[in-house]
Amino acid sequence: MSAPGSTNLGSSVGYSQSPTPNGGAAPPRQNGPAQTYPSVYPPTGYYGAPPQQQSYPTTHAHSNAGPNKAPITNSAHSANYYQNNHHHHPHQHHQHQPHLPQHHVTPSPYSAPPSSAPPSQPYATLPSSAPPPPSNAQYNPQQPVQQQQHPPYATPGSYYGQQHSYHAPAAQRPQQQKHPSLVPVPAGGPGAPLHPIVSYPSALGSSQYGTLSSLQSAPAHGVMPTQVGAPLHQYNAPQPAGPTTTPVQAGGYGVGPSGQMAPTVNGQGSTGQTTVHQHYDQSHQALQSYNSYHGGVTHPHRAGGADADRPPSRTPSTSVHSSPGHHQGMQYGYVANSGASSASATTSGPAAANPSSSSSEDGDDDDEEEEEDEDEEAGGDTSSSTTGSASPVPNSYDSLEGGNYPDSLPPSDDMTNQAQPYGSYGYPASMQPAYPQGPTSHTDSSPAHDPYGPPPSYQQFSQPFPNMSQLSAALGGLSGVPELEVEALRPVNLLQERNLLPPRPLEAPEPNLSPDLKKVNCSPQTFRCTLTSIPQTQALLNKARLPLGLLLHPFRDLQQLPVITSNTIVRCRSCRTYINPFVTFLDQRRWKCNLCYRVNDVPDEFMYNPVTRSYGEPHKRPEVQNATVEFIASSDYMLRPPQPSVYLFVLDVSHNAVEAGYLKYFCESLLDNLDKLPGDTRTRVGFLTFDSTIHFYNLQEGLSQPQMLVVSDIDDVFIPSHDSLMVNLKESAELVKDLLTSLPAMFSQTRETHSALGPALQAAFKLMSPTGGRVTVFQTQLPTLGAGMLKSREDPNQRSSTKGVQHLGPATDFYKKLALDCSGQQIGVDLFLLSSQYADLASLACMSKYSAGSIFYYPSFHHTHNPTQLEKFQKDLERYLTRKIGFEAVMRIRCTKGLSIHTFHGNFFVRSTDLLSLANVNPDSAFAVQMSIEDSLADSSLACFQAALLYTSNKGKRRIRVHTLCLPVVNQLSDVYAGADVQAITCLLANMAIDRSITSGLSDARDALVNAVVDLVSSYKSNVSNLQQSGLVVPASMRLFPLYILALLKQKALRTGTSTRLDERVFAMCEFKTQPLQQLMQMVHPDLYRLDNMSDQGALHLNDTVVPQPHLLHLAADRLSRDGAFLMDCGNVFYLWIGKCCNDMFIRDVLGCPDYASVPPNMSHIPELETLLSERVRAFLDWLQDNRAFSSTIHVVKDDASAQATFFQHLVEDRSESASSYSEFLQNVQLQK
Amino acid sequence: MEAAVFILSLVDCCALIFLSVYFIITLSDLECDYINARACCSKLNKWVIPEMIGQCLSTMLMLVSMHWFIFLLNLPVSAWNIYRHVKVPMGNMGVFDPTEIHNRGQLKSHMKEAMIKLGYHLLCFFIYLYSMILALIND
Repeated sequence: MSAPGSTNLGSSVGYSQSPTPNGGAAPPRQNGPAQTYPSVYPPTGYYGAPPQQQSYPTTHAHSNAGPNKAPITNSAHSANYYQNNHHHHPHQHHQHQPHLPQHHVTPSPYSAPPSSAPPSQPYATLPSSAPPPPSNAQYNPQQPVQQQQHPPYATPGSYYGQQHSYHAPAAQRPQQQKHPSLVPVPAGGPGAPLHPIVSYPSALGSSQYGTLSSLQSAPAHGVMPTQVGAPLHQYNAPQPAGPTTTPVQAGGYGVGPSGQMAPTVNGQGSTGQTTVHQHYDQSHQALQSYNSYHGGVTHPHRAGGADADRPPSRTPSTSVHSSPGHHQGMQYGYVANSGASSASATTSGPAAANPSSSSSEDGDDDDEEEEEDEDEEAGGDTSSSTTGSASPVPNSYDSLEGGNYPDSLPPSDDMTNQAQPYGSYGYPASMQPAYPQGPTSHTDSSPAHDPYGPPPSYQQFSQPFPNMSQLSAALGGLSGVPELEVEALRPVNLLQERNLLPPRPLEAPEPNLSPDLKKVNCSPQTFRCTLTSIPQTQALLNKARLPLGLLLHPFRDLQQLPVITSNTIVRCRSCRTYINPFVTFLDQRRWKCNLCYRVNDVPDEFMYNPVTRSYGEPHKRPEVQNATVEFIASSDYMLRPPQPSVYLFVLDVSHNAVEAGYLKYFCESLLDNLDKLPGDTRTRVGFLTFDSTIHFYNLQEGLSQPQMLVVSDIDDVFIPSHDSLMVNLKESAELVKDLLTSLPAMFSQTRETHSALGPALQAAFKLMSPTGGRVTVFQTQLPTLGAGMLKSREDPNQRSSTKGVQHLGPATDFYKKLALDCSGQQIGVDLFLLSSQYADLASLACMSKYSAGSIFYYPSFHHTHNPTQLEKFQKDLERYLTRKIGFEAVMRIRCTKGLSIHTFHGNFFVRSTDLLSLANVNPDSAFAVQMSIEDSLADSSLACFQAALLYTSNKGKRRIRVHTLCLPVVNQLSDVYAGADVQAITCLLANMAIDRSITSGLSDARDALVNAVVDLVSSYKSNVSNLQQSGLVVPASMRLFPLYILALLKQKALRTGTSTRLDERVFAMCEFKTQPLQQLMQMVHPDLYRLDNMSDQGALHLNDTVVPQPHLLHLAADRLSRDGAFLMDCGNVFYLWIGKCCNDMFIRDVLGCPDYASVPPNMSHIPELETLLSERVRAFLDWLQDNRAFSSTIHVVKDDASAQATFFQHLVEDRSESASSYSEFLQNVQLQK
Repeated sequence: MEAAVFILSLVDCCALIFLSVYFIITLSDLECDYINARACCSKLNKWVIPEMIGQCLSTMLMLVSMHWFIFLLNLPVSAWNIYRHVKVPMGNMGVFDPTEIHNRGQLKSHMKEAMIKLGYHLLCFFIYLYSMILALIND
């Protein structure tokens, strides 16, 4: 798909013409979409019959045939069978011709599923018992609902148009139904219902628009009563609401007004769910919509209109508007895709020619979008994107601004006339105008359901600085030193103070902000900065010798999240920052961006506050009251209709896999959680197994049992059938269950030891690329066949080498390329590696790293020999299958002018300077970025960071989650130290060390970590502490830093000298990159508690349980005592260490064993006993696990057991065979400084 | 003969200048978000080897025609080009890797490198031009 040579030439010409636009600041952003966007919503009915014929002139005649077409001959069938993802290129036929005999004559490959088919039938046949009429009956009622729900599918189509594969299903069906028994099926339905996948309703002939609009109201009220805010709850509940019935889901997500219903539901106490949502809904259209919001009454017209997600035909700005005429032209362009430049020329043409329709869409289009757009198009016609974009830019920019902010001045005027006075940002002066209105408006009404009271930003800037302390706080500690800071700066001599740990786990330091800003600031669990006081200049930062960076956990499960539905999402016009609590309202009509300091207009709609139902209080809007908000995005934020949830499971079924026995547990788990898979009625699933060949499963509804299709040509993988491999979960549920029940037995006798993972992944990519979605790969050994095969690189003798470790990087770029392809098609690849042997995770991990997937690794997994791994696998799998998921996501991190992000850590692809492309986003992965200070921040007292995550929810809604963090800027080194966040710094350094160890070796990375401590100590000594103390002195805020660094050096990822398997090391590295801070810190420096003498002193009382709060202990063996019981919390695992002389009462009451000797060696659960102590212990354990995504396993470790080694390796302060103890480490640091 | 050597070098040098300009433009496009990293890197990687060959060619020409000064001028650049190509880690997609280009200021260093090369090639261009004219006059 990469651009051919000729495109390059073209592009170079384009570039040489366009150097001037480069200089402009804003245009680049606008560029991408201007020319590409139209192509995104091009053709009228992709599924409609007439357009189809037009748009695929190259396909075979029978491809165009509707499902009702006459039966097709056998020869045609075979031709089509081999048609793969692309067009029917003649040569493709040739390529596949050789396999013909194999597939058609030899029955064996196809008859694998037990009792599947008569051997003479190459395809395992459709049984005559399949009842076509019922299936139709099922479809018919659903059809309208679907159409109403997802009009985008009916309209734009280009989404699938890109693929060229979707017409194939229609064509293929008749062929597959060559069986006499099936002939009635096509006859029965009116075309569309036949289509197996409801989510792509083949639009009924020509009248899809008609269908759409006419259906709009009907399904809406049919569904309304049942929806009950389901979407909202499902979004954020820890687990998707499983038991909701189909109609509920269908209604909830399909129907626009759901948002409006929500508040009412919330008011009623949210029906037992813990999640509480404030749902602010606002519509530009009429005030009555506000009434409806509060009254819970839904006006019919809003069903279609309010939710921009579903472009109704009546809203002018949505995709439906686009005139079919030029879209068809574009579709031709698509079909002729091979000629990339010609296609794109066509594409860009309409954009320029038709600015009123398409570019106004681009207008408020998000830049994230544009990038996405660009990337998707990039495959074929990258060069033209630049060429074409140059001219339309200015137009679209203007027009879009005009469209977006109807009453605003032209941007240029704004910039020159208004921005300048405030450019200096002397805000006391510029604030003055705001005064007259300010105080009155913010004091009078303090809404009851406004959690944060007065509007912080407004207040801060508009109040006349009542007293000195508030001023100093607001200015971020420029003057005056609060008490907290004094404590944080207290010099600590590490050689003397031994009890450094706080009694309770360390909390994130609070930024030194005014109380109002503190109140609205983003939660440290979501957004954390290594320095909570940002140094003013890079020089100051260098002096501090601490890394500056952010740690984000943007998609984490939230208990409370304001969801905002609004026609216009208010954003800064120049930097596209979303309005947030830290902006300044200059007066009622203007706000000043806190990132680029541009003055923007407040749109009319924003003047109305849905919370207080009052007009003229823009500063009280939920967007301005919460640092974390979620917007329901309009169609402007879509490049294509939101995709359905699509899950493909790629399962290793080689001998090794069967031996390990994971398949049975996977199938069980999936069967249990099938209903809980996040998704709606459009959800699709597919399965693919592989050993040395690739097996597809036809699960099309109507079959009596799943058919297996075997493709043994792994050098040139093709998809044997297009429509029936990824099936709608609702419709084919029975078949899916069938398959899952029979799958484990199917391969139990296999002798095949090879693994063709690469080709299987290629097949998965082809299968998924029309839609995007999630691919889950289960692999149990080194891939040995086909593309992407790997060789063992690990030398077991080098496992404990103290010198560098080799092969931390990938051996081939196959997986990286594949991941980037996947990322481009919005496919996320998650890897479960269950291998007992070396499987080269360093190479395999690339498939997940760059497609924003997650990686799970179970070393030495065996279903009987390793029950703990099995238990962990099952628990992880359950969480994995049921956790929230966001599709086709992009995240952009913006920061205050002067700061710039230069390095990213985590699983994603950095598509452009600050844009992360995340094919899938899951609530368990975190990201980190490093920043530098490019310009002095002297003219502002606050630095802000905003992460905006645009994603498609599993209900097919486009949503934007915005987090904003605000931190003070300081110019004193002592303030920088006072605000240092030692945990965040440790995590960021860990990420940096991982990078370093891959690029320049492990020992280099370890040295760098030690140097970080040495640097800190020497810098602090020379710059801040004026005490002439000997020894190691660090500020109190950083007193744990050396300890954490030592702990890092003893982690699997970075340790040397201790025998560590390469895969385990690489996996630990991957975890460092993706784990959220809390988990990571728990892994690096576990919490140790003594349990046998817990008291209720200081215990928490939650509901009716008492949760004791034992003190943290240092991780040293001398803190343990023989007569105690200690709990070590390592994040994903608990160790309960029982001393030899532990009192019997504890053992009896908590473990249920009479004495120490009778405690079984591999105990891995705490029995539920009725004793007080047991209750306390279990309450404490539950409390510790409360907010964890993956439930932790517990191991009871006896003093004498050999399992002790795993426990003792976590005692990081002790000397181990190859690493120094804490005091030795400190001495070493002192020597070096 | 000598004139022919320099004419050939001149042509080669022109090609290299164009290549440098192309590198700079493409990289700055990436900087400005006109194109995405994937596209940029696949474009640039295609030209890494031609650039290397072109550079080695002029080095060889100078060696063969025994212009030692110019040869020594060319040698480090050729060596750097080869080193850079050989040093690409196995898992990377070439000298320019889309997954890393935005990290650790790689984009900036690539840009700087392209700029330096452009300057160097311009210098070479004038040297060749001068030598060529000299050679033609001497003939």
